[in-house]
Amino acid sequence: MLRLRRFRDMPLHLMLLPGVILVFIYSYLPLAGIAIGFQKFMPSKGLFGSKWTGLDNLHYMLNMPGIGQVVWNTFYISSLKILFGLLVPIVIALLLNEIAAHRIKKTFQTLIYLPHFLSWIILGGILVDILSPGHGIVNQILGLFGIKPIYFLGNNDWFPFTLVASDIWKEFGFNTIVYLAALTSINPALYEAAYMDGAGRWKQTWYVTLPGMLPIIVLLATLSLGNVLNAGFDQVFNLYSPAVYESGDIIDTLVYRTGLVDMQYGVATIVGVFKSAISLVLISFSYWAAYRFANYRIF
Amino acid sequence: MYANTVGRKTFQFANYTFLILLSLTCLFPLIHVLAISFSSSSAATAGLVTFWPVDFTTKSYQYILEEPAFIRSFGVALQRVALGTVLNMLLTVLVAYPLSKEARVFRYRTVYAWYFVFTILLSGGLIPWYMTIKATGIMDTLWALVLPGAVPVFNVILMLNFFRGLPKELEESAFIDGSGYWGALWRIYIPLSKASLATVALFTVVGHWNAWFDGLILMNSPDHYPLSTYLQTILTKINMSSLTSDQAKELAAVSDRTAKAAQIFLGALPILCVYPFLQRYFVKGIVLGSVKE
Repeated sequence: MLRLRRFRDMPLHLMLLPGVILVFIYSYLPLAGIAIGFQKFMPSKGLFGSKWTGLDNLHYMLNMPGIGQVVWNTFYISSLKILFGLLVPIVIALLLNEIAAHRIKKTFQTLIYLPHFLSWIILGGILVDILSPGHGIVNQILGLFGIKPIYFLGNNDWFPFTLVASDIWKEFGFNTIVYLAALTSINPALYEAAYMDGAGRWKQTWYVTLPGMLPIIVLLATLSLGNVLNAGFDQVFNLYSPAVYESGDIIDTLVYRTGLVDMQYGVATIVGVFKSAISLVLISFSYWAAYRFANYRIF
Repeated sequence: MYANTVGRKTFQFANYTFLILLSLTCLFPLIHVLAISFSSSSAATAGLVTFWPVDFTTKSYQYILEEPAFIRSFGVALQRVALGTVLNMLLTVLVAYPLSKEARVFRYRTVYAWYFVFTILLSGGLIPWYMTIKATGIMDTLWALVLPGAVPVFNVILMLNFFRGLPKELEESAFIDGSGYWGALWRIYIPLSKASLATVALFTVVGHWNAWFDGLILMNSPDHYPLSTYLQTILTKINMSSLTSDQAKELAAVSDRTAKAAQIFLGALPILCVYPFLQRYFVKGIVLGSVKE
């Protein structure tokens, strides 16, 4: 019987085989590469020939000038993105839900989904142009109100704000999709009952709509916890410059510069491992919490 | 359910106005760039262009379309999208189908599922990833852009949840008719999953088109850069040193700003042509993937 069963499952194993091999090579082998973090790694000598240096790289990392600032920047930028990235789409979904004309609503949706599909290269190019203090249209418009040109991408006071605002602008539209779906699944009888009880539109929103959306809000909030150390490499890398390292340098950009520009492979690896380890805890916790509080399973 | 009061009408008016302005903030930056790309270099440099070209000209586009690096990287990007999408879709379906079986039917399902999901939880980070790709000897080839991400685990999860929602009876009837797993996958599951497959395909195409970082670090020669990587090197850095003096002169004639604007627009164009038509699919696909029972 057992033999038969094994034989019967063969096609399923075969289907999985190519995926298993590729994931092994490109996701599991790099885990062994974590060893680089404990070596004075030389690409010419490889993983087995390089000198082991114990925790030297870790000490070096902890004593790197500005490392505390980089961790703080990462945490600060990502937290603001998570917070507003949750709130803004909820508000916009509620507003869109008030539009009765189907085609107009659809047009709004198509337009606000647009930035999501463009890369940070394209958007970076656009932002560098429109935010420029010289000829940028944003500063031209601000000028009409008598505001002096603001160097959004070159000033440490403005840079984190610019990152958060442009990220929310890119993603808010796309993130309304789940909330709009949650809204359509609310039983219309609840609204009728609330209306009979004398509830106006505001009260209906407060007592019917929002509670109906709550499960999905809780779920997305918990899952976003895993992103606390992801401040957005693509965005920061394409918008920052040495002038704003102080407020805009994040762990991922530091790893890139240390590892692939300065060729300090060991140090860059240990910084990456440090980030991965904390992320592992955060993601595991967020999945656990999502399972516990929202009955969510990944698969 | 509401009364059509004055307050309601005022709200509707304010709401429409707000949403119109909001949608325009998503559209206008691109229109502005489009207007610059069709304007004369002097008008663009002087900052006279808003949302309509000033001194209409197609010089920037003529210049870009004769730029070999642009054409070449456009070609690399097309190859990458074609090869990468075929590979991603194939592996997504092949991995998602066995994982969509219940553990009762396919005993090792849970072990395999964790094998794939674990890669979301922990990664070695940038340097070990880079070194592994280097060690597998695919650096500077098209394979470096498609093999390392060949199994998109998030899409696999989306597909497997969709497969699981399909009625089991259909598959059982195929088994009775003498089909095996391959037949059931090919003749039942794939035809019934067109909306989800379209969603995943759209994400995959957009993902490959937009990807730039792997091109930047895995391609030694700029000749092998896909379009996004090429654009990255010219759009977000002002690096005059990489230009020959001839190029610099030509740039001045076209103006750096209008040339960049034209390239931004051409880089965004394929996506602008695709996503609105797949809107109903991806809206459905996302909802299926995230709000499940």
